[in-house]
Amino acid sequence: MATIPADPRLAVGRATPGRLGVLIKAAREAPLAPLVILGGLVLIALLADLIAPYDPTVPVKGAEMFRPPFWMEGGSVATPLGTDFQSRDILTRLIYGARVSLIVGLMGTLVAGSIGTALGILSGYVGGWVDQIIMRLTDAWLALPAIVFAIFLAAMFGPSMWNIIVILGSVYWTRYARVIRGEVLSLREREFVKLAEIAGASKLRVIKKHILPNVMNTATVLASLTVGVVIIAEASLSFLGVGVPPPQPAWGLMLSEARPTLMTGQWWLTVFPGACILLIVLATQLFGDWLRVRLDPQQRNL
Amino acid sequence: MPSPVLEVRGLKKHFVVRRGLFGRESAWVKAVDGVDFAIHPGETLGLIGESGCGKTTTSKLILLQETPTAGSIAFEGRDIAGLAGAELMAYRRAVQVVFQDPFSSLSPRMRVRDIIAEPLEIHTDLARAAIDERVGQVLELVGLTRDVAPLFPHEFSGGQRQRVAIARALATDTRLIVLDEPVSALDVSVRAQIINQLEHLQRTLGVSYLFIGHDLATVAHISHRIAVMYLGKIVESADSDALCARPMHPYTKALFAAALPSRPGDRTESGTIVGEIPSPLSLPTGCRFHPRCPSAMPVCSEAEPSLQRREGAGLVACHLY
Amino acid sequence: MAPVLEVSGLQTHFFTFGGARVVKAVDGVSFSLGDGETLGLVGESGSGKTTTCLSIVGLLPRAARIVGGRVLFEGDELTRMSQRELRRVRGRRIAVMLQDPMASLNPLFTIFRQVAEPAFFHQQMRGRTLRARVQQLLKAVRIPSPEWRMRDYPHQMSGGMRQRIVGAIALAGGPKLVIADEPTTNLDVTIQAQYLDLLKDIQRETGVALIFVTHNLGIVAKMCDRVAVMYAGKIIEQASVRELFDDPKHPYTRALLGSVPKLGSKEPLYSIAGQPPNPASLPPGCPFHPRCREALPRCASVDPPDFHLGDGSVARCWLLDDAVARP
Repeated sequence: MATIPADPRLAVGRATPGRLGVLIKAAREAPLAPLVILGGLVLIALLADLIAPYDPTVPVKGAEMFRPPFWMEGGSVATPLGTDFQSRDILTRLIYGARVSLIVGLMGTLVAGSIGTALGILSGYVGGWVDQIIMRLTDAWLALPAIVFAIFLAAMFGPSMWNIIVILGSVYWTRYARVIRGEVLSLREREFVKLAEIAGASKLRVIKKHILPNVMNTATVLASLTVGVVIIAEASLSFLGVGVPPPQPAWGLMLSEARPTLMTGQWWLTVFPGACILLIVLATQLFGDWLRVRLDPQQRNL
Repeated sequence: MPSPVLEVRGLKKHFVVRRGLFGRESAWVKAVDGVDFAIHPGETLGLIGESGCGKTTTSKLILLQETPTAGSIAFEGRDIAGLAGAELMAYRRAVQVVFQDPFSSLSPRMRVRDIIAEPLEIHTDLARAAIDERVGQVLELVGLTRDVAPLFPHEFSGGQRQRVAIARALATDTRLIVLDEPVSALDVSVRAQIINQLEHLQRTLGVSYLFIGHDLATVAHISHRIAVMYLGKIVESADSDALCARPMHPYTKALFAAALPSRPGDRTESGTIVGEIPSPLSLPTGCRFHPRCPSAMPVCSEAEPSLQRREGAGLVACHLY
Repeated sequence: MAPVLEVSGLQTHFFTFGGARVVKAVDGVSFSLGDGETLGLVGESGSGKTTTCLSIVGLLPRAARIVGGRVLFEGDELTRMSQRELRRVRGRRIAVMLQDPMASLNPLFTIFRQVAEPAFFHQQMRGRTLRARVQQLLKAVRIPSPEWRMRDYPHQMSGGMRQRIVGAIALAGGPKLVIADEPTTNLDVTIQAQYLDLLKDIQRETGVALIFVTHNLGIVAKMCDRVAVMYAGKIIEQASVRELFDDPKHPYTRALLGSVPKLGSKEPLYSIAGQPPNPASLPPGCPFHPRCREALPRCASVDPPDFHLGDGSVARCWLLDDAVARP
């Protein structure tokens, strides 16, 4: 007997669509509003130098302070959203502010995600005293109020955008560590991980080939949900004066600078940056929710 | 007789279970409690038993997923307990496993080629092309075609996935494969394909199997010898044919009685046993089977029977003989 | 004698992607079941055996709809009933037992409460009568010292015991029909044998009719009077259990029987090529023809009709075309 009658081609039906098909399908189901908002903001941030009408840090020549938006009395189309207390163009500052928010949001999340994922994998896969130490560290970290901790760090290292990124990254990694550790604990018991160990794979290899690719979905979902948190944190720090230093344009800083005028009727100084923060956070959260449903098999039935 | 591939002697694995509020009282679960067997080249040993009998723990000990409490496992004459470095890698290379559920044993994010290539990447420094060639070879060996290598596991049915798992187990020069219920999760019409395939591979490659199962007919079909386990001990072992023709231990008989008929009217009802498998936390005294045994005698609750040569061939642990 | 259950031309389809894709999970299934009779519904995954059962009792998932056929149970047309009426039928006259006993039992309630529920709601039993009824039911499924065990919670019982509790709940309403969907797959061999024997005893005592859904031909041989073999949503052969095992008419049935290892035989197993078909994309003609060793040219284009054979068995296969005069 030489061959076993089994015709495998019979049912290796490529019933599942290829990579391209998956992408097309994803694009079709993707939530339009958050994607348009986020895409628009990224574009604006990238092209800020081209589309912004003025320099964000110097006053607009010939414009008075607190000029209202163009549709109000005393407004001008030259400064469509008005000017601030140094007669700088608000629209320009909002455009450059998007850059700061997005860079801090994305980079801060990247830092937090890298620290948290690395510690989570280490904790979950190696286990034992490594796990104990990392988890106690996480507990201690969680016990500190995040914003106060960030202010403390910012005060220590001095305000700059890159410092803010590192600070927020080292404040918000705990959630990653916790969630990823849990995921790794169950992955570790999965049979394909056991098979790799039985075949003699080193710990490093198992982490690289089997653990990391399988926690990437979770990490991505967490990231999309963390971006908003980090953006708000950056805005808060800037508002409190320990974030992005003036005269750089950041939305939180704009709010902070508008504080003295809150009661004096110059609403455009606060409403526009506030709306921008709301919009970007809402968009990232909606996008994150959609991503979670798409990538998290526990939540995706059918 | 050639020397065995694998020889297990007096193997024990006891787990400690803490009870009570502060974990002060501890109880022992004797998952494997003194097991001996040997597997020869090109031979299949069937390990059969119900849940909690210790068959899975035994396989974990052989695969170095657990360390034994006592006893030894020797692979080609060398105790595997002390292996390290190159010798450990050589063992890892020679012994592979196929699990029950092909849906969870293949990484969903790896292509079939990479799944099968993994042991090769770990143990050899073959070039990419040589690995691809070997992957193609083993795919054909298990009845698949070379062109499935770039596919992902989810593009396969259960039976085909199990073939991929077997191909992976064969990729290195494997001498022993632990088959942990490899067909239980498959559709009936596919089981026969896999069993025939496994038998065919053994004939052509001379690889040895440890086949772990709970279905008597399947285990008997593929195995040369069978060891029946009950609560951590082997109660009877013999050549497959001899065991089927004349089961001697009351538990083996009970397994046969409980086996489903292959056609209507095959009445096998005599000898079904009562009761359930006792908790391994509180083992019965004497013979572990005596509370359920239809032919228990007073001595059975006092002294534990040892394995004796049974009539014909093989061993049985029962006071009746 | 009128049958207890009569299913004719049942069609249940799944509508996914907003109705853009239709999966014919059950496609024209007919069978009937007499008093105290046991029917084995055999098939592999995706054959439609479970969907058939869920259609009978109206427990279909949302995406599925019965699009044709009738289900007559003791003279009542079940497919026309409202969910409310069906609930009354399910509690009392038809009972359903599922594969995983842990999923059918509520972990927060005692055994007593769960076994008592049907008697409490449908028969308005209270107090001592209720307790006596529960004890009687537990005794019927051979639970030792029921007066004690009924205070336990499901997690305190073994798998076999839990499955017997599910049996007791099924019997509580005094049903005429029990549908058991692979009730023993998670049980150990010796426990499975005990449970099957118990089911048979209960059937002898109460005369309940039984539909046994399984992929295990051994269980069919042990338990059933008649068998219906399903493949790709259709019953491809139906016969008395003896007839089916002694003289299988359909090549698929023959292959299934040949592929099961028999004790004491080392013959190579008969192996069916390929895999069970995906119900979402069935081949044209007879759905089994790509795997069939005896396929004729026309099998690839025309789906065979039911052929009624002299001995009362029915099979859908063109090989039988010459053997019978068409009705």
